[in-house]
Amino acid sequence: MSQFELDARRLLCPLPVIRTQDKIKTLAVGDVLVVTCTDPGVMQDIPAWSRINGHKVLSTESGEYEFVITIEVGE
Amino acid sequence: MSKQIRAVSLISGGLDSMLATKAIMEQGVHVEGINFFTGFCVEGHTHAIRKKDKDKPKRNNSLWVAETLGIKLHIIDIIEEYKDVLINPKHGYGANMNPCLDCKVFMVKKAKQWMEENDFDFIITGEVMGQRPMSQRRETMPIISAESGADDRLVRPLCAQSLPATLPEREGWIHRDQLFDFSGRGRKPQMALANEYGFTDYSQPAGGCCFLTDESYSNKLVDLWKSRGTKEYDLDDVMLLKVGRHIRPNRDFKVIVAREDGEARFMQGYKKSFINMNCASHKGPLALIEGDPSAEDLHLAAQIVARYGQGRDAEEVDVMVRDMSGNESILQVKPLGVDELPKEWFI
Repeated sequence: MSQFELDARRLLCPLPVIRTQDKIKTLAVGDVLVVTCTDPGVMQDIPAWSRINGHKVLSTESGEYEFVITIEVGE
Repeated sequence: MSKQIRAVSLISGGLDSMLATKAIMEQGVHVEGINFFTGFCVEGHTHAIRKKDKDKPKRNNSLWVAETLGIKLHIIDIIEEYKDVLINPKHGYGANMNPCLDCKVFMVKKAKQWMEENDFDFIITGEVMGQRPMSQRRETMPIISAESGADDRLVRPLCAQSLPATLPEREGWIHRDQLFDFSGRGRKPQMALANEYGFTDYSQPAGGCCFLTDESYSNKLVDLWKSRGTKEYDLDDVMLLKVGRHIRPNRDFKVIVAREDGEARFMQGYKKSFINMNCASHKGPLALIEGDPSAEDLHLAAQIVARYGQGRDAEEVDVMVRDMSGNESILQVKPLGVDELPKEWFI
């Protein structure tokens, strides 16, 4: 199990979701991906995308300008 | 054991594709959704940039539809490939810069490619005959099937009974009598079906799902192309056309003035790509200067920017100008009066 990071700052949804989706395709089950974004919409969209595609959101953090979502890759 | 039939459904986030997908799921078919991002999609959070929209739900409706239906959703970035559809539409544009028919053909073609790569059996769309003046007419339905290459593997559950039987119907994968014959622009049959399926919350149609159907947006895009002498564009262009007041005093430059804090925050991200300015002596909005402005143009741009700040009635204000390297300088200007800003400058 490894941890990876994805910089999705300055992108508006759905691009952070697409980048997350494309990155996760390259990872193995159990890997962890930390996604950093600036569009507050990701707080809704990335967890929604993760739920419907079988991945687990481990945590979400809201800053003033940045939002960080940590995902564990599922089956 | 018989093979599980699998279909891929084009999910826009609206009610029609939601119903069409559900109608096929009800027949025991495994369905997964696909959603294409052209850059011009209204879906997403482009509106959330603006503070005035902060009370609107920030959900992405295509994701929400997929979750409601309990299906996977694959969101595909087609920004680069879509350029050719927009710049060279074989079937022309609609009322604005919307190449709806070519767009539909392209998306179904991409869905067919995805279907083949993932070993799925057919494609679903939420098209309703007569619902859209350009892309959803009796005459255009066969064009989309043929030009996309999907042919009789393209199923439109909401109007299938008014169309020739498709391969999935002929093979008995799905039953024609459990499909529909909706037509026209009315929404009552869809709302009744939504009620039957227990969908009480769904996206309401409000001016389409694409910025290219919007007159103001289309005007800005055409202006961008004219000013550059080419129809090339990139994603940043597409995004910046969605925010701010766009004011073009001459062909060499354009001023994009943030209308509120949300837009200003978004535009901050472009400060290294554009000359930018804001009033230093009074409160005022951030503005990006696009093009190749002369010193005289920059002075005029500063006067325009000052017009939108709290110093608009002052004799003279200081405007901070930053170049793309971040070097700062101050221009002292008299804000333009309201009658000195011609309507023709507003794109």
